[in-house]
Amino acid sequence: MDQTPATDSLIDLDEMYRESNVQEILDELDRELVGLKPVKGRLHEIAALLLVTRLRENLGLSTERPSLHMSFTGHPGTGKTTVALRMAKILHHVGYVRRGHLVVATRDDLVGQYVGHTAPKTKEVLKKAMGGVLFIDEAYYLYRPENERDYGQEAIEMLLQVMENQREDLVVILAGYKDRMDTFFQSNPGFHSRIAHHLDFPDYELDELMAIAELMLQQQRYHFDAAARQAFAEYLALRVTQPHFANARSVRNAIDRLKLRQANRLLAQGGRISAEELTRIDAADIRASRVFRGGLDSDDGA
Amino acid sequence: MRITQGTFSFLPDLTDEQITAQVQYCLDNDWPVSVEYTDDPHPRNVYWDMWGMPLFDLKDAAGVMTEINACRAAFPNQYIRVNGYDRRLGRQTTAISFIVNRPKQEPGFYLERQEVADRQVRYTLRPYAADKPGGQRYE
Repeated sequence: MDQTPATDSLIDLDEMYRESNVQEILDELDRELVGLKPVKGRLHEIAALLLVTRLRENLGLSTERPSLHMSFTGHPGTGKTTVALRMAKILHHVGYVRRGHLVVATRDDLVGQYVGHTAPKTKEVLKKAMGGVLFIDEAYYLYRPENERDYGQEAIEMLLQVMENQREDLVVILAGYKDRMDTFFQSNPGFHSRIAHHLDFPDYELDELMAIAELMLQQQRYHFDAAARQAFAEYLALRVTQPHFANARSVRNAIDRLKLRQANRLLAQGGRISAEELTRIDAADIRASRVFRGGLDSDDGA
Repeated sequence: MRITQGTFSFLPDLTDEQITAQVQYCLDNDWPVSVEYTDDPHPRNVYWDMWGMPLFDLKDAAGVMTEINACRAAFPNQYIRVNGYDRRLGRQTTAISFIVNRPKQEPGFYLERQEVADRQVRYTLRPYAADKPGGQRYE
């Protein structure tokens, strides 16, 4: 039989793994993204699956192209977009998508204003995303059950068609909050069955948020002193219990405000200052936050 | 008579795979690609009909191929060409243009000789297909 592959020919899996640079990206992911254990685990699995699929193809073993449409669910600021960006890179390196770019779209980019406007709009976005990854943020807005004439349904149908028929051309990632995505999938069973990977992004723990803050400061060439670190830990503990908390995004905003206060303090202090002082965030900068005075609703000051 | 024009006029018709590769070359050079069709094959006819808008911001040839195939489905028996436009200052011109679809029957051209004063002859090319009104030429 010609079909049987030469079973005794050995393939160097390690070499192939090295060549694909996947480990590099996964390491980068581990370094730059704090926490997110289940997500990283799934990324490892997907990378492994794709490598093995490619190996099997090389050996002439028949393989169906795995479907890699995904849904990312999680609270705001848990890193869905960041991971999607990395996902595009990984898929490109293992040869699943040809270009590896990420096109971010929301309802506005897909759904038109009047009859006949939706199809060309959706088609254009799909064409842009071909060869890469299409990331649809807050995908549940596509479907508005309260308005049966809503054009979102048209966009959904086109998406489904392309997801099924042009699997080799693009990967679709839907993202949004968990509960609303669940209702969205319930009312659009076609989506649910076409998406193989459902990744849930957990909220960050306090120590993870702290690590994120340190990482962000380090990237911007700032640092905490010991007292400031203690103050920021207290700040975070308070902040997570207050409304509008958006995980890493809140941390980023907090740091932006810290920089503001630090600059203000330095200017008020005047005189000659050292480079160390320019990069240091003091406990006072943090303790000035309104979070310590009962949160956003307590007063107007920052 | 097989009509040729554009960048690969000296070659046999490109296969889809070759078209994809050429389109990808355009996109890699940052040339927006457009698809045009016509049923008037005269070489001086520069105004072909546009198939939709030029395709901006694409990264991968698959998007262009979708449009080419849609155009082929709508006009299977007309000429379809693909243009790549180089917008760089100093060039600002069509950088590549080639035919990707042609009618099954191409009747060719009639060479008309017009005798004018002093035994001069003026030549005119007239496509046989253009005898019929637009839209009914290659049926």
